[in-house]
Amino acid sequence: MEHIRTTKVEQVKLLDRFSTSNKSLTGTLYLTATHLLFIESSQRETWILHHHIAAVEKLPLTTSGCPLVIQCKNFRIVHFVVPRERDCHDIYNSLLQLSRTAQYDELYAFSYNPKQNSSEQVKGWQLIDLAEEYKRMGVPNANWQLSDANRDYKICETYPKELYVPRTASKPIIVGSSKFRSKGRFPVLSYYHKDKEAAICRCSQPLSGFSARCLEDEHMLQAISKANPSNRFMYVMDTRPKLNAMANRAAGKGYENEDNYSNIRFQFVGIENIHVMRSSLQKLLEVSGTKGLSVNDFLSGLENSGWLRHIKAVLDAAVFLVKAIAVESASVLVHCSDGWDRTSQVCSLGALLLDSYYRTIKGFMVLIEKDWISFGHKFSDRCCQLDGDPKEISPVFTQFLESVWNLTEQFPQGFEYNEAFLLQIHEHVHSCQFGNFLGNCQKEREELKFKEKTYSLWPFLLQEQKKYQNPLYNPDFSPELTLLEPNTVSFNFKFWRNMYHQFDRSMHPRQSVLDLIMNMSEQNKQMEKDIKELEAKIKRKNSQSDAVLVKEPLQSAPPAPMALKTSPCFKKEQPLMPVNDSVRTIEGSNTADNRYSEFMEEFSKAEPAVVSLEYGMARMTC
Amino acid sequence: MEFAELIKTATVESVLLSGAGLPPVRGTLCITSHHLLLSSRPGGDGAPGTVELWLLIRNVDAVEKRVQNLGWYQPPRTNSSQRDTRFGFSRPLDSANLPGSARLRANPRGSPLTQQKRELQLLPLGHARGPRGRACRPAPRASLPCASAPTRGAADPSPASPRLAGSSGTITLRCKDLKVLQLEIPGMEECLNVASSIEALSSVDSVMMMYPFFYRPQDLRLEAGWHLFPLEQYYQQIATQTSQWRLSGVNRDFAACPTYPPAVIVPAAVDDEALRKAARFRQGGRFPVLSYYHQKNGTVMLRSSQPLTGPNRKRCREDELLLGTVLDEGERGFIIDTRSAQAAKQARMTGGGTEPKSSYPRWKRLHRPLERGRPLQESFIKLVDACNDTSLTMDRWLSRLESCRWLSHVKAALSTACLAAQCLDREEACVLVHGAEGTDTTLLVTALAQLILDPGCRTLAGFQGLLEREWIEQAGHPFHLRCARSAYSHARLKQEAPLFLLFLDCVWQLGRQFPFSLEFGERLLLTLFDNAYASSYGTFLGNNEKERCLCKVKESTHSLWAWLNQPEEKRKYLNPLYSRNALVIWPSVEPQSIQLWQGLFFRWIRSSKYLDEAWAEIQRLVENDDTSVEESAGNRRSQSLSDTAAQTENER
Repeated sequence: MEHIRTTKVEQVKLLDRFSTSNKSLTGTLYLTATHLLFIESSQRETWILHHHIAAVEKLPLTTSGCPLVIQCKNFRIVHFVVPRERDCHDIYNSLLQLSRTAQYDELYAFSYNPKQNSSEQVKGWQLIDLAEEYKRMGVPNANWQLSDANRDYKICETYPKELYVPRTASKPIIVGSSKFRSKGRFPVLSYYHKDKEAAICRCSQPLSGFSARCLEDEHMLQAISKANPSNRFMYVMDTRPKLNAMANRAAGKGYENEDNYSNIRFQFVGIENIHVMRSSLQKLLEVSGTKGLSVNDFLSGLENSGWLRHIKAVLDAAVFLVKAIAVESASVLVHCSDGWDRTSQVCSLGALLLDSYYRTIKGFMVLIEKDWISFGHKFSDRCCQLDGDPKEISPVFTQFLESVWNLTEQFPQGFEYNEAFLLQIHEHVHSCQFGNFLGNCQKEREELKFKEKTYSLWPFLLQEQKKYQNPLYNPDFSPELTLLEPNTVSFNFKFWRNMYHQFDRSMHPRQSVLDLIMNMSEQNKQMEKDIKELEAKIKRKNSQSDAVLVKEPLQSAPPAPMALKTSPCFKKEQPLMPVNDSVRTIEGSNTADNRYSEFMEEFSKAEPAVVSLEYGMARMTC
Repeated sequence: MEFAELIKTATVESVLLSGAGLPPVRGTLCITSHHLLLSSRPGGDGAPGTVELWLLIRNVDAVEKRVQNLGWYQPPRTNSSQRDTRFGFSRPLDSANLPGSARLRANPRGSPLTQQKRELQLLPLGHARGPRGRACRPAPRASLPCASAPTRGAADPSPASPRLAGSSGTITLRCKDLKVLQLEIPGMEECLNVASSIEALSSVDSVMMMYPFFYRPQDLRLEAGWHLFPLEQYYQQIATQTSQWRLSGVNRDFAACPTYPPAVIVPAAVDDEALRKAARFRQGGRFPVLSYYHQKNGTVMLRSSQPLTGPNRKRCREDELLLGTVLDEGERGFIIDTRSAQAAKQARMTGGGTEPKSSYPRWKRLHRPLERGRPLQESFIKLVDACNDTSLTMDRWLSRLESCRWLSHVKAALSTACLAAQCLDREEACVLVHGAEGTDTTLLVTALAQLILDPGCRTLAGFQGLLEREWIEQAGHPFHLRCARSAYSHARLKQEAPLFLLFLDCVWQLGRQFPFSLEFGERLLLTLFDNAYASSYGTFLGNNEKERCLCKVKESTHSLWAWLNQPEEKRKYLNPLYSRNALVIWPSVEPQSIQLWQGLFFRWIRSSKYLDEAWAEIQRLVENDDTSVEESAGNRRSQSLSDTAAQTENER
């Protein structure tokens, strides 16, 4: 609280991001310990969590006040105009302080109190049990076992404690192999395909330099390929571009030499590094945030950003991996440099394509816990949870979510969850409201006792899972093979408007099919319940009134239509149908929301003859 | 002219048909005067097979042929060609004895010889008929592509044996609905004959020779569907609101304007003589007529062609009067010119022009350039070209999507229509829309604006009425010229331009943004696209009402609407999510909101199985919802019955 000098500023204007005509809403800005809150005169509230703020910028003073632009990690961009420069300066400074946290225990998760008692808190953390998940996959088994080598995080700090390795890989092999791998991240099991007996394994790059060899590492890979009885050959996928991998050799790192390892097929797949991805997203956001954008500028900007090319590269890599497993029954070892960014993307997407469990709500949580959280994707660094090195920030996880979204678009019935689920997860990866994504690895999380001090996100998502359910989900989707075979031809990749313009309402379809269908199935359930209740009632009443009905059937029939109109059941029906109304209110949107109206305004400005037009515009905006 | 003269070979046996997403089928190819048929023989020779292809020849946009003359040489059966044997290669084995194959065998990894083949590629029709010798020159050819290998069992007699040994040809048919089909025809001569027959038949340009004049479906009446949307009916609606408009018969014999229908709605204060004079001042005689009456505030949208002001700034008192009477005292109107200010000015040099401020002081001109004509057709061609190349990298795809500019045209059309709608609805001002001829971009704007404003146009019947009013019958969009060729044609472009497709695309965009507000679905738009370019029905025939009258289209062809409106057909085109929305639907025209119409441009390229299944599921859910509402209503009825019974009992 010591950073907050001004808690309330009145008469602040919120500018429309895409309007070329400084259209604005006036309201009051409040600064709290955790949020920035803007309440419009119409009482509509905009809440911005401090942790979501990626950048605050003070623009040069204008006649109407001091402009303040806030960019958020969830791609919300707000543009305030504060009447007095002093206030603006205070808020600016406070936000700078508040949005940059130096220590974990200052994060929102440590003050967030969802009114759960401690046993609920513990239960929440136990919701996702990875040991259970490996059991579901079918390990340990004759070929794979649980290793306690990393019990005290001695061999690898960024790996979890429980690791699954081939039965034939003895401890000396593990230790030797880990010494030959960057950050000690030796090959371990990520996903086991029961039917094909093939495995997805992950690791970091070998410290091979130009010629170094390591017998234990060679044994380790051999153990992995031998653990697969159906195909002795295994693939080693280096997810980096070949050039990058070669450059790493000069630093004593590099990639596997096919001649030193028996039975491997080595393959580069060419996903760019975190720095390329960061600047790509930056370019994408610049383009999509441009005012008065033309279609051609948008498309060329989209092309120049390279963003969709990167998404395609990630998904292509996953498809390659899946083919190796599904078609050739070959095990695959995936790595990049450190094995926590591109490797996580490819392993998790590969598993998602192979196993329909990961396409359920619970399964997706498990997948994220397994391949991202437990295997040490550096959420804290990549999402800039603490004030740190800006060069460590990268939208690797966002790309993963976007790849999944692209799959949901191709297979509308294949996923139990919908777009809102992905967006909500993205929101909370950055919100620091729950403990799951805090920190960079399991060791750090244990040391800081996150599980005792914070709450897990998953039970909250499960609680409101109705919101995240895909009404079209068909669990028996392609039952003969649970494998998804996406088509990765370029035109199938689309700009994810609902992610990058989530908060720009005027851009979205005014009516949502998904909402309607969701409400419909909801109504259906409700009605079925009603029917049952009514039927029960009928039965009861019928047993009472049977005699009367038999006696005077003709007399009781005619008043029925009257009763139909006034029947209490019909009144009851009304609140069941709020759906259409809520949707309708959005769609009669103001023309002023859309920029075609402003073309006219520009025109009329150029020619002052039509003053009436400008009046018309003014009328419209109010 | 007899069709028979154009058909050189009427039937060919053992033709292999393939296309994207279809398993190849072999069968007998038949060419009739209007159709290309292929019927397969699944049960072996002689057994009647199923018809696999029933293609309207008018639908063929381009014919490409490739002839492979194998001549004296037959492919060898070396180990390396086992892939071929797997596909049931049925060529005689004796070819292995030929000297050529011996040489080949010596080089098992595929000698340069295997690459040698003579192909006649994209040979223009004239050439194919003339110096056939060029094609016939024997040339060695070793391996057939797998797809071309016959799929029949080895027991079948070789189809090629009685003909010129081993020669065959591939015809690629690129259709106007963007479908691409391949026919593998044994026998070079047959192949060339089939190709030239299809080309000749598909380029028959006479309206009276088109299939609709021959098509007589049993369950439709010839006259059904033709007079569903009379202008009189539309006028009656307006007449109940205002008496400022009248139905004029000035064009009864198409004298005032050849592209207008006999009846038009004009200001009541202007007599027919003045209309005739105003017509002479407008290109093609298209004087301003009422296109839409906005019931909410009584404003109107008019459309016309450009005024013939010319370099000398000619004026026409009657035209000025006509536009003057539209506006009440003190009111202002907007003229939306679909050309740039520059282009409108330049048009003066060729006798056209635009309304000068001095002569039309109460009308404010807005210029919104919309592409049409050749640039629009080229945009369409480039887009289809890019869509068909599935090997494109992401960067190439995006840059080609950008350079074709199609989505820019969609955005421009939608924004201009929104502007017109905004003038009517928000500014409460009358609007006149025109470009140059007033038959292309003008109609795009007026039709879209109505769809945005008027909920009546968003029903299936209302949309058909809108098409009749703003494109076909009342508006005279020259469909015959504009839709003569589609995106694949190699023919020199004449008057082709996909304005109607652009309109359908914009409607699709509206449907995407307001999924419950249109009573019809994507399927209707696709059907309209197909039928505008090639149809069994007469609806889109000719360029205007006058031509249709001369050809007696309404008397001798069936209407598309009659077919569409049959209950079981109609069901397919309805949007299950529709619920009437009385509001104006303002779409977003941000580039992020405008999408490529995948259902059209990728219809034949990618499988839409999963999307179709999802759509079917939505349909099922909605129908379920309806039935459960009915069920519960039914339950309520029975319950209220027993309720009253209970009440009566209680009263006692």
